[in-house]
Amino acid sequence: MLRDPGNSGFVVELEKFSGPLDLLLHLIKEDEVDITDLPIAKIADQFLSVIAELGLNQAADYLEMAARLLRIKAQLLLPRRLGDDEWEDPRAELVRRLLEYQQIRELVDWLGHAADARAERFGRGYEAPPPDAPPAPLQIDLNDLLAAAERVIALIPDPNLHHRVVPRPLDVEGATARIQALLAERETFGWRDAVGPQATLVDVLSTFIALLELAKRSSLTLSQPEPFGPMVITRAIPHEAA
Amino acid sequence: MQSLTKLLEAALFAASRPLTLEELGSLDPLAGESAVRAALAELRAAYSDEHGVELVEIAEGWQFLTRREYAETIERAQFALRPRRLSPAALETLAIIAYRQPVGRLEVDEIRGVDSGAVMDKLVERGLIEVVTRGEGLGRPLLYGTTPSFQEILGLKNLEDLPRLEELSVALRRPTPVDEPE
Repeated sequence: MLRDPGNSGFVVELEKFSGPLDLLLHLIKEDEVDITDLPIAKIADQFLSVIAELGLNQAADYLEMAARLLRIKAQLLLPRRLGDDEWEDPRAELVRRLLEYQQIRELVDWLGHAADARAERFGRGYEAPPPDAPPAPLQIDLNDLLAAAERVIALIPDPNLHHRVVPRPLDVEGATARIQALLAERETFGWRDAVGPQATLVDVLSTFIALLELAKRSSLTLSQPEPFGPMVITRAIPHEAA
Repeated sequence: MQSLTKLLEAALFAASRPLTLEELGSLDPLAGESAVRAALAELRAAYSDEHGVELVEIAEGWQFLTRREYAETIERAQFALRPRRLSPAALETLAIIAYRQPVGRLEVDEIRGVDSGAVMDKLVERGLIEVVTRGEGLGRPLLYGTTPSFQEILGLKNLEDLPRLEELSVALRRPTPVDEPE
């Protein structure tokens, strides 16, 4: 059972912890429990509630530790015979790692103090270390930059877009069949009849290619009575088609 | 002051890094190691109280450093700046490598409980750790150790200057078997 995050009397910041072991040590210290006799159930619940609270779900290292704690908790619940000498405490490995990590933390304090003390003494020709490695000089012209910017902008997802369905490839055969059916019915018809209602970009392209193909085969003629006006499709005279 | 002492003083003044005993000895081929040591002792005594700088044994060598009490004033005047402090993650990683060297990345990750690749790359870049050898086993992993720069930024005389593990309040030992969990 997870504790209600609202009732868990501690506030924790992720930045304060350098990893799951650090967080565990913090909880152990907070609860003032014996590290060598860990109350796993309690610690596991606290650990889970903290990482839920922190929204750490993406941090694999914390999740791995959560899984480990739950496994140990489950192992401790398994019944075992009294006086079973073969029994190994499932917590042993975790306790060993915690102690080892605690020792490292103690060394970190020592090293930190040593570094601070050393930093207060300057040697000759002292140069402050650069804040970061200097970036390599760039060679780029404006066109490259603009092209790169366009590529990046194109990658920015539309925030309103939840799902993109990959469109089917062109369906020229379908469009050809549809136009031939229309030709059988009517001697002449318009572009809108050919392309159909609520045509998608793919429908338009498929229809256009089908029309060009049929015109090439002399099944029909394409005409445009006025500039930018609608296209008129006319059935070709049978003997010409032959 | 003997002439050898003055020679060492000049060399140490000119150098911007710690000079080792061998390096100092090379200044005068006629001087033996014990003479150099004696000269260093004399020099150190001469700078012990009356000066703003002192002779410090550091990173397996010797170097003139300013006294700590002047750090703030010198820094305020911007004649020199304190280096940036190392992050806790960097110190953790350094601690593990200092005590376990030569050590591979996997072992560091295991002890810290988090991926340490980026931190280790940064430490290599800063010259505090380096690849010292390759391990046995799968893929012959790169093994890392600390560099002289590591001793320098911590002001260590040498690696033996690090606290001994037995001195820590958390002694690392095999966990004592627990009798019966409740």
